[in-house]
Amino acid sequence: MIKAVMVMNTQGKSRLAKFYEYLSVEKQQELIRGFFQVLCSRAENVSNFIDAESIFGLDSRLVYKHFATLYFVFVFDSSENELAVLDLIQVFVETLDKCFQNVCELDIVFNYSKIHTILDEMVFGGQVVETSSSEIMKAVEEISKLEAASNAISLIPKSASGWRSR
Amino acid sequence: MGSQGGFYQSKEFLDLVKSIGEARSKAEEDRIVLSEIETLKRRISEPDTPKRKMKEYIIRLVYVEMLGHDASFGYIHAVKMTHDDTLLVKRTGYLAVTLFLNEDHDLIILIVNTIQKDLKSDNYLVVCVALNAVCKLINEETIPAVLPQIVELLAHPKEAVRKKAIMALHRFYQKSPSSVSHLVSNFRKRLCDNDPGVMGATLCPLFDLITNDVNSYKDLVISFVSILKQVAERRLPKAYDYHQMPAPFIQIKLLKILALLGSGDKQASENMYTVVGDIFRKCDSSSNIGNAVLYECICCVSSIYPNPKLLESAADAISRFLKSDSHNLKYMGIDALGRLIKISPEIAEQHQLAVIDCLEDPDDTLKRKTFELLYKMTKSTNVEVIVDRMIDYMISINDNHYKTEIASRCVELAEQFAPSNQWFIQTMNKVFEHAGDLVNIKVAHNLMRLIAEGFGEDDNTADSQLRSSAVESYLYILGEPKLPSVFLQVICWVLGEYGTADGKYSASYITGKLCDVAEAYSNDETVKAYAVTALMKIYAFEIAAGRMVDMLPECHSLMEEFLASHSTDLQQRAYELQAVIGLDAHAVESIMPSDASCEDIEVDKALSFLNGYIQESIEKGAQPYIPESERSGMLNISNFRNQDHHEASSHGLRFEAYELPKQTVQARIPPASLASTELVPVPEPVYPRESYQTTTVPSVSSDAAELKLRLDGVQKKWGRQTHFPSTSTSNSTSQKTVNGITQVDGSNTANSRTRETYDSRKQVEISPEKQKLAASLFGGPSKTEKKSATGHKSSKPSSHMVKSHAPKSSMEVASEKTSPVQQPPDLLDFGEPTVKSTAPSLDPFKDLEGLLEPTTQVSSAVNHSSTAAVTKSPDIMGLYTETPAGAHHKDSDILSGLSNSPMTNMVGGTTTMQVAQSSKSPNLKDSLEKDALVRQMGVTPSSQNPNLFKDLLG
Repeated sequence: MIKAVMVMNTQGKSRLAKFYEYLSVEKQQELIRGFFQVLCSRAENVSNFIDAESIFGLDSRLVYKHFATLYFVFVFDSSENELAVLDLIQVFVETLDKCFQNVCELDIVFNYSKIHTILDEMVFGGQVVETSSSEIMKAVEEISKLEAASNAISLIPKSASGWRSR
Repeated sequence: MGSQGGFYQSKEFLDLVKSIGEARSKAEEDRIVLSEIETLKRRISEPDTPKRKMKEYIIRLVYVEMLGHDASFGYIHAVKMTHDDTLLVKRTGYLAVTLFLNEDHDLIILIVNTIQKDLKSDNYLVVCVALNAVCKLINEETIPAVLPQIVELLAHPKEAVRKKAIMALHRFYQKSPSSVSHLVSNFRKRLCDNDPGVMGATLCPLFDLITNDVNSYKDLVISFVSILKQVAERRLPKAYDYHQMPAPFIQIKLLKILALLGSGDKQASENMYTVVGDIFRKCDSSSNIGNAVLYECICCVSSIYPNPKLLESAADAISRFLKSDSHNLKYMGIDALGRLIKISPEIAEQHQLAVIDCLEDPDDTLKRKTFELLYKMTKSTNVEVIVDRMIDYMISINDNHYKTEIASRCVELAEQFAPSNQWFIQTMNKVFEHAGDLVNIKVAHNLMRLIAEGFGEDDNTADSQLRSSAVESYLYILGEPKLPSVFLQVICWVLGEYGTADGKYSASYITGKLCDVAEAYSNDETVKAYAVTALMKIYAFEIAAGRMVDMLPECHSLMEEFLASHSTDLQQRAYELQAVIGLDAHAVESIMPSDASCEDIEVDKALSFLNGYIQESIEKGAQPYIPESERSGMLNISNFRNQDHHEASSHGLRFEAYELPKQTVQARIPPASLASTELVPVPEPVYPRESYQTTTVPSVSSDAAELKLRLDGVQKKWGRQTHFPSTSTSNSTSQKTVNGITQVDGSNTANSRTRETYDSRKQVEISPEKQKLAASLFGGPSKTEKKSATGHKSSKPSSHMVKSHAPKSSMEVASEKTSPVQQPPDLLDFGEPTVKSTAPSLDPFKDLEGLLEPTTQVSSAVNHSSTAAVTKSPDIMGLYTETPAGAHHKDSDILSGLSNSPMTNMVGGTTTMQVAQSSKSPNLKDSLEKDALVRQMGVTPSSQNPNLFKDLLG
């Protein structure tokens, strides 16, 4: 099962953190810091896998992918396949990219709840439920539509600059 | 800038993010966040906050908590939001509670009711979000409250709901299997769901269920196989294709399940062969995901009942992984190799160069994985090289967790496969020196025992050599500045016991060293205690030998310090030392016989040697002793004694020592000196041993087996008995051999056989063959067996490392003919016992090889340009006698050079990604605008790349 999904930037600021087993806020921060330490010490052109046992406890592996200013990190146990998780990250990022068109760190900061929605469509209770990025998109769009409908009073004026309001 | 993001954030939120982004230090960031928390606290509790504002505050709270600050004051508001009717607000509320709360939080009780209501909602999105909360927030006690609704939802018309309901049920199963055990059949039913997404999701719980109980699901093998077949044949909707692979994630899950179901089940496995073979063929090894599926196939093949054809495909796939440039693939290759060698050990040999490359790779992850592989393939022939490597690596790392692990692996391997005691001691020294504080104390005791017991045979010269070399090495090591406590204990003990034994070092030299240790590590009482006892032994041996004891001045001052020590243990030892020194030679010899740490003490329970004294006393009018039980009317005394007893145990002062020991205790207590393995840990305050010694005379004639071996039943780890097959899990050649023989001849033969292998291995040590790392890792010794086992192709490049080409392949043909593919080793063993023995020097092939060497060179020179294999063989022949280091470097260069060019196009997913990118039209203006914003916000400092994700897609 997947134990945690994290997104952090190259400075170690956490952009998204989701733990599928409950951990206290302090513990979460400690882990994020620990992982960041390891991640930023990794050279270029090495594998995307890290043995996370010393940080996360027994039977935990970490797969990360570095995109521009962000690290995408998945922590999981031996029931998952490292290469497949690497592609799962790819699916996640592709979906984000479809959703925001040229996604960047800012999109993730400002659309915090939407990112969670996307992730929840993919990983549910620590298990991968959906791996087709178009299916995920469909679900997320439907949610947005219904949300907008249920929210007829339109909470905020639609932004003039088109790219941000998706 | 007014409203950023699609989701309703206000200027304030933007400012917050911006100022955090600009914060120069953690302290500044904290200050900003704390003031934000103050603002939120105030705002959130204002009455009549509009919903939309409220929602934003909650999002900000989540953000604040993600940055590591306490947002618990807002939890209740998040809970309140889940009650809201508006979907948007409700979703935000649920998101916040799933992130904030754990299943045992007090507020959960307020949510359960809402969840129940929402699960019944007409709006499927409400149901979904409630299901999401169920996964995270429902604990064992609240499961019954929602269970009926979840079960109902399994048949919901929307597939998204069905999928999530299954996952929720799975979650319940994980939390409390008993609560949903009656619903397990639902998972089976959902496997036939006509939505592939739901089917795929169902595989998750089924995987867990099957892991726990394989046998109840054997009937599903056919279904899984047919699903996998359909998936592989692209029967699923196009939407599930990923990088041109049909539903790879589902394939992977299915292969995992099949691996479980087929493990050790021939019948079930036979159903899978075709489909797994198909996937092997269809997999596109140029994409990352294709390799993920391939890897899973390998795992599956190595888990199910072996099939030669599939094993071959697996081996091919592994070699592709290992030759790849991608570290990820190498990593997977090493991992897969580790799985496959359990079934076909010979495969490792083909990849020796690749493995060695990985071992020297700068990537730590890969390196560790490779060590794991080496650990799995260690046998008595390559243990020295592997353990040396491991120790080198252990020294180089700082990560204590991994250091401990690798140290314990070194110890384990050394104990299991040590070729000689000498080597074992040296290895242990290194482990102790660099990771002494991390290894189990038992390891130290084992080492002491080994030195004391020696070979356990009559070979006294070898024993004393061993001890002298241990003493020598320890005296040398003592020069190091900081040594771990455990190691110092060992050193002190050995120096005390054997420091002067061979007469090379004078007592004053050794005692001087011991005093140095005690002074240098003056805050480690255990070490000091060991040192004092060692001093006592040295002096005792001196006295017993009739020499004058001349205490060094520093020793005197040390003793004075210890006599006044706060530690009663140290005090007692110091007093004992004083007392011993004052005795005459005869008495001392009885107390401290030299080199008697392995001798057994016979305890005279009746104290018969005192009879004369008692008689004398009684004659002088003393009262005779009445046993406690016969003393009537003296209850209070016995009460007192009991109390006494009690106190003793609670205070740690053990008075039992002066009573008659029980049998077990006796076995525990090291005779005469600190010898046995289970050394009483020094801090224990009382040393019963000493008190016995004054009253009893050690006797060799006692029941040795009983006393000496608390190790009874424990396998002997060293010496000749070592190589019994039962202990080890590895596929060592000698073990197989022994197995084979045992079946036929019984244990006697096995014994002699082992001895033979042992002797021959000794020869291996000195043979020049050692000089090549690859050779020693994958070593020639097992060669013959392996050859015949694989029916291995002569075109495989790396297999020609150790031996030359021509003579072998001809021999191969011969041996292949006589032996079937599956279990040739045993057959071979019966036929020619010398061949399978671990010694290459006994290997007839090698002799042949020597004869044929010139021919080979010629023939290989002819084929020079045709294949990699042949190109290499002349090199290898040349290197064969060269020094180890240079040799394998060259080889690996050649190999990597060769493999580089054709492999470059394997880098994952390049082509497909380009397609993805071209299908998209990046709006330049947008991205520039974005970039400007980015800079302004100070969020993303590095922005050479406006389309931040462009590079990922390019």
